[in-house]
Amino acid sequence: MLSRVADSIYWMARYIERAENLARFIDVTQYFSLDQPNDSINHWKPLIQVTGDDAAFLKRHDTYSPEAVVHFLTFDREYPHSILASLTAARENARSVREAISSEVWEHLNDFYHGVRNAEQTFQDDVRAFARYGTADNLFDWIKRNSLISAGLIDSTMSRGIGWHFANLGRLLERADKTSRILDVKYFTLLPSLEHVGTTLDDLQWSELLRSVSAFEMYRKQYQTITVPRVIQFLVLDETFPRAVRYCLDEALSSLRAISNRGRKRPTDDLPRNSAEEELTLLCEEIASLDATTIIQRGMHQFVDHLQRRLNDVGDRVYTQFLLIGP
Amino acid sequence: MRVCYPGQPEWYVGTDMVRVPEGSAPFRSRISITRRVGGCCLNHQFQNYQTEGFYDELFDEKGKPRVGAKTLVEMINALPPGELSRRQKAIDQALLKMGITFNVYSDQQGTEKIFPFDIVPRIVESMQWGHIEAGLKQRIKALNAFIQDVYNQQNIIKDGIVPRELLQEAKSFRPQCVGLTPPQGIWCHITGTDLVRGGDGAIYVLEDNLRCPSGVSYVLQNRMLMKRSFPKIFSASKVRPVIDYPSRLYETLVHLANKEQPTVVVLTPGSYNSAYYEHSFLAQQMGVQLVEGRDLVVTEKRVFMRTTNGLEQVDVIYRRIDDDFMDPLAFRKDSMLGVPGLMSAYLAGNVALANAPGTGVADDKVIYAFVPDMIRYYLTEEPILPNVPTYVCQRPDDRAYVLANLPELVVKAANEAGGYGMLIGPASTKDEQAEFARRIQADPRNYIAQPTLSLSRVPTILEDGIEGRHVDLRPYILYGKSIWVLPGGLTRVALRKGSLVVNSSQGGGSKDTWVVAAVPGQVASTEETL
Repeated sequence: MLSRVADSIYWMARYIERAENLARFIDVTQYFSLDQPNDSINHWKPLIQVTGDDAAFLKRHDTYSPEAVVHFLTFDREYPHSILASLTAARENARSVREAISSEVWEHLNDFYHGVRNAEQTFQDDVRAFARYGTADNLFDWIKRNSLISAGLIDSTMSRGIGWHFANLGRLLERADKTSRILDVKYFTLLPSLEHVGTTLDDLQWSELLRSVSAFEMYRKQYQTITVPRVIQFLVLDETFPRAVRYCLDEALSSLRAISNRGRKRPTDDLPRNSAEEELTLLCEEIASLDATTIIQRGMHQFVDHLQRRLNDVGDRVYTQFLLIGP
Repeated sequence: MRVCYPGQPEWYVGTDMVRVPEGSAPFRSRISITRRVGGCCLNHQFQNYQTEGFYDELFDEKGKPRVGAKTLVEMINALPPGELSRRQKAIDQALLKMGITFNVYSDQQGTEKIFPFDIVPRIVESMQWGHIEAGLKQRIKALNAFIQDVYNQQNIIKDGIVPRELLQEAKSFRPQCVGLTPPQGIWCHITGTDLVRGGDGAIYVLEDNLRCPSGVSYVLQNRMLMKRSFPKIFSASKVRPVIDYPSRLYETLVHLANKEQPTVVVLTPGSYNSAYYEHSFLAQQMGVQLVEGRDLVVTEKRVFMRTTNGLEQVDVIYRRIDDDFMDPLAFRKDSMLGVPGLMSAYLAGNVALANAPGTGVADDKVIYAFVPDMIRYYLTEEPILPNVPTYVCQRPDDRAYVLANLPELVVKAANEAGGYGMLIGPASTKDEQAEFARRIQADPRNYIAQPTLSLSRVPTILEDGIEGRHVDLRPYILYGKSIWVLPGGLTRVALRKGSLVVNSSQGGGSKDTWVVAAVPGQVASTEETL
């Protein structure tokens, strides 16, 4: 497969996943603020802070009002990480490799993009109406669902060749990053002091957090009651939950192996590993060796920071190994 | 026609199909559909249809449906009120959903538009088609012989048929190609020839597009939409299929390679090119890679593409980039789209290019005037399809006539396309005429003039009924092992009342073209939808 095409498929999948996770962030924040109407805590500010883009935000808005934050993160075209900007980038990437992805994937993504653009109009006409959109009672739920449809179309209409593996790799690396981030944002807001660790917590707040990554029901089946170590165990270290960091990285590694193997399924243990594989293998091994208590002791934020740096290294090496080909 | 400014290549495909420059505003897109169809209860039937004295492709001068159009007319008349406009709307929506749009970068917002499609097809009766097909084959054979000749012996010049100074001043003549004989001796593998029908009912050749003619993807897409919308009318009308174009194109390209199972690619200027959809569509339909200049690299006069497994050699390139931009080492040095060294690999015989570099010399609007003579010269045959009568401004008599009759003539610059660089006499102002008179006198070599033709019309759906609109026809010709003409082609329609300009950038749309089968065997019963 052409390197440029592989690169575009990888970024297409990453940007779709990014838009979905941002919708999840906004969705969970909406629920938090609904439950605490008189709370002095501004739930919207951390959403901007975690992106590290306060400066860009404050250039355009004076206060962290829900409307301003939602508009910034959802529709702002000048802000490169907004949902609309992500979907535009996903669509442009897809458009440049239309012949390499299935028409179902392209047509749905095209539709999805136009849907969010139309929602912007609704939002401008009536700021309060942004929560309701189309047949969905919530725009962000609608975005989430459409991203899931994209993923489903990629999985059901594309051969498990190099193209699909690059899409899968992009999607899972992005998801691992975002699941850790959502935990990072909410961890301190939800945890007034460290003494609370280990006690049964305000179910409502934590269950919303779990819901935001579609993890609530699966978590309940496994643990019933909610404690911080268990939530961390589930969202970071679980091997079977598809949005857990560990699951994402393990699956990303198998796609990376398939790519090194030219898309063929074959045990690769006997082959020399390339540097991208090497790096991701080490990261997977590190995550597998951790437990929730260690993460809490080291500090959640430090852990997430470390994880994100390592994920960036993996991304860089994938680029050097497969995409930067030349004489 | 081709412009480049530093750092930001502005690019036109060498054709007038969709002439919009490329820009850099992909993150600001707006979609607009031209809604030409109103509500229900409108008269979308033929009872009141008037040909208004024009040659009509579906009706004769007495208002009776022509041979081949009878079934269509009866079935449209039998549709319930509002049904035709409902189907037209469904098609507009489908085009947007499929993202079959082109970018208009003269608009700062980067507006995306669908190329309007009108659902009333143009019908070409089988005898007539036989005549067109024979004429096109003859013309391509002669043009190919001409290109081979001008880059080698130049007999046609020595024998005084084509004046030497015309050739020397042709902007599209490539000195780099002198002495070259391309693989299999074929220069113009893919051609899109523009035909028009005049008021006299005869078919004329208006232009030969031998560089990168675009539009064939619309032919295939229009057909697919028509079959979905009118399955009954379609099957009753015995229409010849067009679906095998991609596999014919693939065979044409493979024919150029010097080895078994060659690697064929389509080379595009990129996703911001106005014809990008077509490049991507053809690559997908042929099952080959779509590459950009930056995907290719030349080492030791061989062309390779950068893949996730390293470098892979490429044998045949269907390039949708004009000569000028193909290789900055051989042609324009400021091209950001090309592949440095591509020409050296080509001249070494290590890669085949379609169309061959230099082919554009036969695309020059002044050279066009000599094609009938070429047919006589190379083939010793009389031309089957006539040219539109053409005044070559370099000839003093012709020039004097043109300057004296500007209000009645259409004046064209030799190297412009897309309806630009053109004067339509009857629709022009005195100032415009004066400006063209000045230009012609300053550079007579660069201008030709033709009488304003009364183009034929086809019924077209409007808000409040059906009216005739002017059309042309671009059939596609493939020159591989033999010469093959796609039965039909792109019918472009000038949607504005009275307009003769069919270019999509200037209010043009398209129609499906139905070539009626002469014998049942010509209709593939299992023609597949795309």
